[in-house]
Amino acid sequence: MTAETHVVKSPLMGTFYRTPSPDEKPFVEQGQRVNASDVVCIIESMKVFTELRAGRPGVVKRILVENEELVMKNQDLMEIEID
Amino acid sequence: MFRKILIANRGEIALRVIRACRDLGVRAVAVYSDADQGSLHVRLADEAVPIGPALSRKSYLNMDALLEASRKSRADAVHPGYGFLAENPEFARACEDAGIAFIGPSPACMALAGNKAKARKHLIKKGVPVIPGSEGPVATVAHALDAAENVGYPVILKASGGGGGKGMRIARDAKSLSEVFPVAAGEAKAAFDLPELYLEKYIEKSRHIEVQVLSDHFGNAVHLGERECSIQKRHQKLMEEAPSPFVDAALREKMGDTALAVVRFLGYTNAGTVEFLVAPDGAFYFMEMNARIQVEHPVTEMTTGIDLVCRQIRIASGEALLLSQEKIRPHGWALECRINAEDPDDGFMPSPGTVEELVLPGGAGIRVDTHLYPGYTVPPFYDSLICKVIAWGKDRPSAISRMRRALFEVRTKGIKNTVSFHAKILDHPDFIQGRLHTRFLEEL
Repeated sequence: MTAETHVVKSPLMGTFYRTPSPDEKPFVEQGQRVNASDVVCIIESMKVFTELRAGRPGVVKRILVENEELVMKNQDLMEIEID
Repeated sequence: MFRKILIANRGEIALRVIRACRDLGVRAVAVYSDADQGSLHVRLADEAVPIGPALSRKSYLNMDALLEASRKSRADAVHPGYGFLAENPEFARACEDAGIAFIGPSPACMALAGNKAKARKHLIKKGVPVIPGSEGPVATVAHALDAAENVGYPVILKASGGGGGKGMRIARDAKSLSEVFPVAAGEAKAAFDLPELYLEKYIEKSRHIEVQVLSDHFGNAVHLGERECSIQKRHQKLMEEAPSPFVDAALREKMGDTALAVVRFLGYTNAGTVEFLVAPDGAFYFMEMNARIQVEHPVTEMTTGIDLVCRQIRIASGEALLLSQEKIRPHGWALECRINAEDPDDGFMPSPGTVEELVLPGGAGIRVDTHLYPGYTVPPFYDSLICKVIAWGKDRPSAISRMRRALFEVRTKGIKNTVSFHAKILDHPDFIQGRLHTRFLEEL
């Protein structure tokens, strides 16, 4: 098994959210199958919310950041094992 | 007068209130989140109290932490600034229950002013002109379609819970209204935790013009003239001026009288702003009452010479407003540019980071309200407003020319900002002619 990995990166500095709002379920869990257009997380920077999509279809292999953690521009957020 | 005021805010407005406190000889208590330890408002206050982690929800929006900080510092009043909890009646009530004066209107009045659909309904009954629209909220698409049939297209959906462009959508026909309704409701729910929408007729080429009012606890109220705030990006103001190039003396008097009537009908006290939509034919309609000090208040301070934040504090402390309408004689012209930490060359993408180099403008007629200093790191957790440049001149052309000079002098390194974008607006022929409307920037 040498599947190719796609890494979702943060386009800007901000707060990483795994859920659409504080009391909702996470967009994705580790091991979950996603389509390229599925929203996998949100980055909030200066009150602007940017939804990040998987980008490639596959399975969420690892989520590298904790919910509500501060992330930097270009920081790796999630690994997706491409189909 | 109060002995000590806690400022439940951050950034430039926290500094603004600290300055008013110092002018009045009142001690100022700053609060700060973990992200703001090195902020200027912390350094320039008399005392500073930490209130929690960086996320607003856990600090600047955390009522318990703020009340605890007020008690601990023995503040006898709280100034909420703008944004955060400034228009939260629950917070105002909690302050009062704790025996701490809230510098703003009463909680009940704030609740009425804050629910836009309710305020609108209340004022229609009193004969205040409002834009034709739904009577109260529209709960379903069918209800919205009915209301739109009545007033005629185009129409605009707005959120009952608040402003800032969230939950706002224009629809030009029934099909697009059905499409945008769920989107607007979803946005309103996310932004204000209230999906409730109302609907108004959409007036093309309209202006956003607002009237500043001051009202004390003894029934004295005055207005301080208007501000034109039509330069907006996604319903967020970017540039404001006083007076409005559109408003003449007769219209000013009519709008001022209407604003004071709104103050009376709502039982409003302290500083507030009555927002109007003004049609190209000069007809004006009440939009909403902002129950707080506003970002753009300095342009009114520059033309009237009245310190609005000091007035807020004095009114809240129980002083009578010794100002008569005849004595308020605005003169000259003032402009404000809201400089945001955003990249105008990249879709206004937020640009937090460290300000490595900073030169701020000065000279005749220029005022700068900012919390920036060289080496300061703009955190990504809060609003992108980093600096307000205000220019005063004897007339509009001289205010514009001073603003151009001021923007030229701004030098920053390390973060992107909107200075170049503001400079472009100042050179636009329609702007120079004062031909403004709220979609001015969209149509550039």
